[in-house]
Amino acid sequence: MRAVLSLIGLVVAGWLVSHPVFAVSTTKEQVKGLDEQVQDIKSDVLAIGAELSRLEEKLLYPSGTQVSLFVSLAKGEKFRLDSVNVRIDGKDVADHLYTFKEVEALQKGGVQRVYTGNIPTGEHQLQVTIAGKSEGGGDYRQTSTATITKGVGPKLVEIRLAGPGSRNPGIDIKAR
Amino acid sequence: MTPLRRLLPGCLALLSCCATAAAGAELRDLYFGEALYHAYQGEYFDAISRLDVEIGQYRGVDEPQLDTLHFHINEAEFSVGDFELYYRMHNRAGRAIRAVLESNVAPEVRNEAAYRLARIHFQKGQLIEALQALERISGAMSERVRHEVAYLRAQIYMAGGRHSDAVTILKGLQGVKEFEGFAGYNLGVALFRAGQQQEGRAQLARAGQVPATDPGSLAIRDRSNLVLGTRLMENNEFGPAREHFDRVRLRGPFSNRALLSAGWADASAERYDRALVPWTMLAERNVTDKAVQEALLAVPYAYSKLEVFGKAALLYGKALESFNSELAKLDASVRSIREGKFLRALVREELKQDSDWVIKLRELPEVPETYYLIELMASHDFQESLKNYLDLEELRKKTAAWADSLVAYEELIELRRAYYQPLLPEIDAQFRLLDSQLKLRLEQRAHIDRQLQSMLIMPRAEFLITAPEREVRDTLFTIESRVDPLAPDAAVVRARIERLKGALLWNVETDYHRRLTEAFTNLRALDDEIERLNEIYRSFVRTRQAATQSYQGYEDTLRILKIRTRQSHDKITTLMARQGKLLEAMAIEELEARRQRLEEYQVKARFALADSYDRATLKQGQERLKK
Repeated sequence: MRAVLSLIGLVVAGWLVSHPVFAVSTTKEQVKGLDEQVQDIKSDVLAIGAELSRLEEKLLYPSGTQVSLFVSLAKGEKFRLDSVNVRIDGKDVADHLYTFKEVEALQKGGVQRVYTGNIPTGEHQLQVTIAGKSEGGGDYRQTSTATITKGVGPKLVEIRLAGPGSRNPGIDIKAR
Repeated sequence: MTPLRRLLPGCLALLSCCATAAAGAELRDLYFGEALYHAYQGEYFDAISRLDVEIGQYRGVDEPQLDTLHFHINEAEFSVGDFELYYRMHNRAGRAIRAVLESNVAPEVRNEAAYRLARIHFQKGQLIEALQALERISGAMSERVRHEVAYLRAQIYMAGGRHSDAVTILKGLQGVKEFEGFAGYNLGVALFRAGQQQEGRAQLARAGQVPATDPGSLAIRDRSNLVLGTRLMENNEFGPAREHFDRVRLRGPFSNRALLSAGWADASAERYDRALVPWTMLAERNVTDKAVQEALLAVPYAYSKLEVFGKAALLYGKALESFNSELAKLDASVRSIREGKFLRALVREELKQDSDWVIKLRELPEVPETYYLIELMASHDFQESLKNYLDLEELRKKTAAWADSLVAYEELIELRRAYYQPLLPEIDAQFRLLDSQLKLRLEQRAHIDRQLQSMLIMPRAEFLITAPEREVRDTLFTIESRVDPLAPDAAVVRARIERLKGALLWNVETDYHRRLTEAFTNLRALDDEIERLNEIYRSFVRTRQAATQSYQGYEDTLRILKIRTRQSHDKITTLMARQGKLLEAMAIEELEARRQRLEEYQVKARFALADSYDRATLKQGQERLKK
C-alpha cells in the first residue's frame, strides 16, 4: 500500500509542474510546422479576399451608384438595441436583429455596415426605425427620416443611435 | 506559469485594442469602425480583411491626408498587427510591427511597437529577441505602458531562468491594480526558483489571501495556495500544508487537486480519519477526473489504515467496478475518435455560439471521448492546433463560397454583355448626333459671348436691335430701294424713310445700355441651361462608361481569382486533414495515457482488495477466537 501512496503523491506533485505531455508521434515540431503552413494559407486567403472585395465593389456596387449605410452607437450608450430597419424611398433595404455580441461590439465603438447597395444620383428619402430596451428594461422604439443626396461618388451614411433619456438624438443620420 | 504567461498578454492586448475606439477621439473613418466591429466579435479574418483593403487604398491615394483614415492611420496599423496576433498570424504581425518600428514615427508609437514586438517574440519562445525588442523602448511613457513593459520583462526573465532579476522587477509591481494576484503569484514562484525559500513561502502565502472577486484573480489565489501547500508537503510540513489546501475554494479549477492534496497532508501525518473528509467528498465527484480516480483508491486506503478492512474491501471493489467501466468508456472513446466523430463534433456550429463550448462539448452524449479530454483541451498546443483546425474549417467554407460566387459573377457578366452589346451601337450613333449638335450650340454661345465682351469696349448698337426692329429696318431698305427717283413725291418718300430710320436708330441708341444688360442676363440664363445640358452629357458618358465597365475587363481577374481560390481550397483541405490527424493523435495519446494509469490503478485495487479481504477475514477470525 505504501507503493500506492508514493505513486499518488508523485502524481499529485507532478500535476503542479507539468502539462499534458504528448508521445513521440505528436511532437512540438509537428505542431509548429503545421502552424507555419496555416499562417501561410491564411495570408493567401486574406489576399484573395481583398482582391475579391475590390472586384465585388467594382462589379456589384460601382461608385456612381454605391450607397453604404453604417450603424453606430453614441459614446457611452448602454441601451439594449434589438433591431434596426432601414428603408430607402419606401423600400426595405435592411432589417437586422442584434445578438448580444453585436450590441457589445457597437457599445465598444465598432461600426456595423448594415447595407451596401445601389441608388441613382439625386435625392432619396431614408427612414430608420429602431427597437430596443432602455437600461431600466422599458420598451423603446423610434423612427426618423432624412433626405440624402447621392452624387457621383460613393455615398456613406452613418446612422448613430442613442437610447431614451440620452443627451444625443435617438437617431442621428449623417452623410459622410 | 504557462497559463499565466498566455493569459495576461492577451488581456493587455485586448485592453489596448478596446482602448482604440473607446478612449480614442471621434471615429472619422467608418470602414475602420467596421473592422473594429468585427474584431470585437472575434471575427478577425473579416477585421483584417477590411482593414487591409482600407490601408491599401489609403496608401494608394495621391493625397492621403484627405482620406478619413488619415486620422487613425497609426491605430489602424497597430490594430492590424493586433488582429493578426489574435488570428495567430504571428509572422505577419511581427513584420507589420517591425515596419512601424523602422519608420519615422513618434517615440510613444515606437515604444508601443517595440512592446508589441517583444510580446510576439515572447509568445514564440524567442526570449533573446524579446529582450532586444524591449531594449528599443526609451524616453517617457505612461505609467500603464511602463507597468506592462516591466511585467513582460519579468515574464521573459522567468522563462529564461533569470529568477533573481525577475524578483527585482516583480517586487516593483506589487500593489499595481492591473497585476494584482498575478504579479504576487509570479513573485512567489520566482523567489522559490531563485532559492529564496522563506521569502517565496511568505509571498505565496500573501498571494493566497489577496481579496478577489473576478474568476481570474480567484483562480490565481487558489493556485498560490495549492503550489505553496505542495511545497510545504515536500518539506514534510503537513499541518501548514493542509491549511493552504483548505484555502482553495471547493468550487474552482483547482478544487479537486486541493481536496486530494489535503487528504494526503493528513494521511502523511497519519491522521487517516481526517484524510477521509476531503477524499470522501472528492470520491463523489465526476469519475473521469484524475484526482477523483485517485480518491477512489485513497478512501479505502484510509479505511484500511484505520483497520476498517471490511469497508476498505468493499470500497476497493467499487473502485474496481468504476475503473472497469471507465476503461470501457476510454476504449469507446478511442474507437469514436478513429471513426472521425471527435473532429465532426469540434466543428459543430451551435457549440461555437457558446463561450463555454469546451464544457458543452463534454456534455454531448455522442462524443464520449471529450469526457477525458478537458485537461488536454486546455493545454496550449492542443488549443493552438484546435484553433487552427477551426480556422481552416472557416477558410474552407469561405473559399468554397467564393468559388460559387466567382461562377455567379461570370454569369452576371455574360448577362450584362448580352444585354448591352446589341444596344450600344444604336445608342452611340444617337449620341454622336446629339454630341455634334451640342458642340455647334456651344460654339454659337461662345461667339455671342465674344461679341458682347467686345461691345463693352466698342458699342455696336446694330447688334442689339430686336427682331421686329430688324424687320422694320429691312422693310425700310426695301421701300427705299423701290423708290423711283423720277417720281414727283420721291423726295417726300425718302424724307419719310429717313425719319423712320432715324426713329429706329434713336430707339436702339437710347435703349442701348438696357439692351446690353439684358443681353448679358440672357447669356447667363443660357449658361445655366448649358450647364444642365453638360450635366446630362456627363451623366450619359458615365452611364455609357458604366455599361461597358459592367462587363468588360473582368476576364483576367476572374480567371486568376478562380485559380487561386481553387488552389487555396485544395491546400486548406489537405492541411485540415493533417491538422485533424494531429488533433486525433493528441487525443488518442491522452486517452491511452489515462488508460495506462487506470490499468495501473486497477492492478493496485485488485491487490489491495485481496489484501483488505484477507485482513478483514483474519480480524473476524481473531474476534471470534476472543469471544
